[in-house]
Amino acid sequence: MRYALRRLEFFAITLWAALTLNFVLPRLMPGNPAEAMLVRFRGRASLQAVQEMEAAFGLHPHDSIFKQYFDYLSNTAHGDLGTSLSFFPTPVAKVIMLALPWTVGLVGTATVIAFLLGTLIGMLAAWRRGGIFDALLPPTFIVVSAIPYFWIGLLLLLVFSFVLRWFPLGFSYDLTDQINLSWSFVGEVVAHGFLPALTIVITSIGGWILTMRNTMITTLAEDYVKMARAKGLSPVRIMLNYAGRNAILPNLTGFAMSLGFVISGAIAVEIVFNYPGLGFMLLTAVDNEDFALMQGLFLLITLAVLVAILVADVVTAFLDPRTREAG
Amino acid sequence: MAIQVLTKQEVVAPPPRENVLRNLVRAIAGNRKAVGGIALLTFFVLVAILAPLISPYDPNKLAFAQMLQPSPKHLLGTTGAGQDIFSQLIWSTRETLVLAVVAGVMATAISVLVGVTAAYLGGFWDHVLNLFTDVFLVIPTLPLMIVISAYAQNHGLGVLIGVIVVTGWSYGARQLRSQALALRNREFLEAARVRGERASYIIFFEVLPNMTSLIVAIFLGAALYSVLAAAVLQYIGLGDSSDLSWGNMLYWAQHNGALLAGSPWWVLAPGLCIALLGAAFALVNYAFDEISNPALRPVKKS
Amino acid sequence: MIATRPILEVKDLIVDYASDHGPVRAVDRVSLEVAPGEFLGIVGESGCGKSTLLFAIARLLSPPASIVSGEVRFQGRDMVKLDDEELRHVRWRHYSVVMQSAMNALNPVLSVGEQLRDAIVAHEEMGSRKIHARSEEVMRLVGIDPIHLKSYPHQLSGGMRQRAMIAMALVFTPELVIMDEPTSALDVVAQRSLMLQIKELQKKIGFAAIFVTHDMSLVSHFSDRLAIMYAGQVMELGDTKQVFADPKHPYSVGLLGSFPSIHGPKVPLRGIPGSPPDLAHPPARCRFHPRCPRRFAPCSTTEPELYAKEGSLARCLLYADGA
Repeated sequence: MRYALRRLEFFAITLWAALTLNFVLPRLMPGNPAEAMLVRFRGRASLQAVQEMEAAFGLHPHDSIFKQYFDYLSNTAHGDLGTSLSFFPTPVAKVIMLALPWTVGLVGTATVIAFLLGTLIGMLAAWRRGGIFDALLPPTFIVVSAIPYFWIGLLLLLVFSFVLRWFPLGFSYDLTDQINLSWSFVGEVVAHGFLPALTIVITSIGGWILTMRNTMITTLAEDYVKMARAKGLSPVRIMLNYAGRNAILPNLTGFAMSLGFVISGAIAVEIVFNYPGLGFMLLTAVDNEDFALMQGLFLLITLAVLVAILVADVVTAFLDPRTREAG
Repeated sequence: MAIQVLTKQEVVAPPPRENVLRNLVRAIAGNRKAVGGIALLTFFVLVAILAPLISPYDPNKLAFAQMLQPSPKHLLGTTGAGQDIFSQLIWSTRETLVLAVVAGVMATAISVLVGVTAAYLGGFWDHVLNLFTDVFLVIPTLPLMIVISAYAQNHGLGVLIGVIVVTGWSYGARQLRSQALALRNREFLEAARVRGERASYIIFFEVLPNMTSLIVAIFLGAALYSVLAAAVLQYIGLGDSSDLSWGNMLYWAQHNGALLAGSPWWVLAPGLCIALLGAAFALVNYAFDEISNPALRPVKKS
Repeated sequence: MIATRPILEVKDLIVDYASDHGPVRAVDRVSLEVAPGEFLGIVGESGCGKSTLLFAIARLLSPPASIVSGEVRFQGRDMVKLDDEELRHVRWRHYSVVMQSAMNALNPVLSVGEQLRDAIVAHEEMGSRKIHARSEEVMRLVGIDPIHLKSYPHQLSGGMRQRAMIAMALVFTPELVIMDEPTSALDVVAQRSLMLQIKELQKKIGFAAIFVTHDMSLVSHFSDRLAIMYAGQVMELGDTKQVFADPKHPYSVGLLGSFPSIHGPKVPLRGIPGSPPDLAHPPARCRFHPRCPRRFAPCSTTEPELYAKEGSLARCLLYADGA
């Protein structure tokens, strides 16, 4: 229980930190950048909307900074994230909701695949030590992991979409179609999402493979693995239930902690492929100096990472009886 | 059974440091990854230093025809503005290396400060610093960097380094704290405390020297991170696009539709360089890991 | 005495550790026998090779250690020649292993019951009710409430964990149980209680036991025969009472003389001067001669074998050919 409480405290504080960053940053910068943005706003929006935006960014404040902060927090809690400039006059919350499913679908699926596949390969690599596999694997994947995500995306785009024309050049579906639930549409989505997903998997899998391999090697030296051999258990059972299940535990925590980095890479991929997810929206927001949208996206992305960490925690507790005790 | 009486010397003396250096050099020489990584790094450093000599043209010179294909005169072709790509590539090495080292060092310094202090102060401050570290660890780095850069109206090198450091220190701080905690309980530190040394003395002269290998590993990781992060930010357009850097080259290539216009090398070459430099840091880092943990080394099949 | 066929015969077993500087011999031509139902103790200092010997016998060595030559005949079959698949059939059913620290030897993420189940299912097709019945039975045998089948290793006390390990080792009532310092992780009271339990189980079930330890007093009370190892070789082998009463090998004399006795007159403690040899560069011929108070010229030129003297065997030239 204590452990769960500590985690909750951590989540709450991180969320608060993200919110506060959103609040503080525009006010910190010399010459509030929101000023310029609001000029463009003023021409198109109602007086009330303008005033709301001014309040959100701290321009011509009528209230004390504390009231502003409080208003900002309460607005956010109600889902009011302001109005988007790039997609005027759509509220930010709505824009985000449009982009969210694409990102969750692409990044979520690709990351989970990369983690599972990587963990499995890492486990096998550690199990069969002393071969070519073992010596070549680490250097290959170190090098691959050092390549920037977006460059691999560009490479794949060049080869498979441009030269070979096997895959479309970008976006998440054929823009001439309407979004629907037919099989042909699903097919389109898969075709458009294949290369971006592949990019994410290629660049992130190396990390999972290596960390799992290293933890597995340490675990294989443990006494209980020797004991399992002594008992005559089948090699598969030993690899999965005795070694694997113990080796994966530190990696799950590591997975959770590194999600921040993984999401970042995924954003870069979205940008390369013009994939209309949260990352691409972020770029659009930056290009248009649409700070309200930018803030909203930042918040949501942070929230997504926190949720994923929570899931990883639950899975760890499920797999490791010791954490259930510890509180 | 014979009982040996340990002299005070053996109990209290810190691990000997002279042999460590010699063993380190020997271990590095025998490890292919380390050699490969260091060779790559040296290559890039040399290119950066010798840029004025190796570069065929002034990288900013706008004298040439635009979007030329690779030829003996222009090994990688020319940009949309008429500059020689190969020369740009060579000169860009400087900024990228400087970025990697400066941001890397700064991020590592903060990591050390936060991590070791947290381990030493313990209790409430440890909890606070830990929370602080974890928050920065979890908040996704690219979005944060984008947000900060977007607000900052100027996109110079300083801001770039700033956002990289702000997002890059937390990973190392965690590891350093763990190691500092483990070291805290060793006997030679007890001896120093008993002698009456101040905490800062203990930290600087007893603890840190024993953490050197971890600090180096963290620096390499931070340098790798800097290279990649800078590349992404510049590619998006949040760097100073008039600077000569691989990431910026990619930005301009993208904006001139290099792929579609049939100049793939404008995109491939800088990306390859980023990848190689990153790989160099990663290789040396991994080799360090293997050297300090022999269990990870490739097993010779008997 | 009825001469029954020994259940385990080790003949000239050699185990090497591969290292960067060439192979290091950890077990050098060890030969010994265990009769059915017998309790053999193996003692020696740290690093003398006793654990390596044990793992070699159980065929549990991992690289860089490997068996170079020799035989390990268990129930007539040479275990050294069997591959992993063939070994799996013999493992656990006919011989089992108990390790030093149950906290490390038990899988932390599986319950005790699940681990017992794994052991059973690996060798026999049994319905789950039968499995459960057998598991409960074997837990009661070692004195643990079967409710703990649901418990995880970290939830049990040290003594209970150790007994759970023994329960697991006995699930198929094997003919031989190999134990590597099973009491070292326990306090003195728990140690004695565990040993008594083991002896009782041995009487009940009739398994032979090989017990490796560095604790002389423990082994003196509970083992039938005793082997004393030093630097990878067996130095003395014989009836426990006899070895204690009249040790032949100078090393045994020194070893037994190093332990103070609670009963009896106060005797000055004699240690053995020097330290155990570096196995990569062992002393010439007799490995103990540099530290031996009774060494003489041939000790460094002639390799001593195990010589019989008054019912025991001792690897010392003092006893060569009726000396």
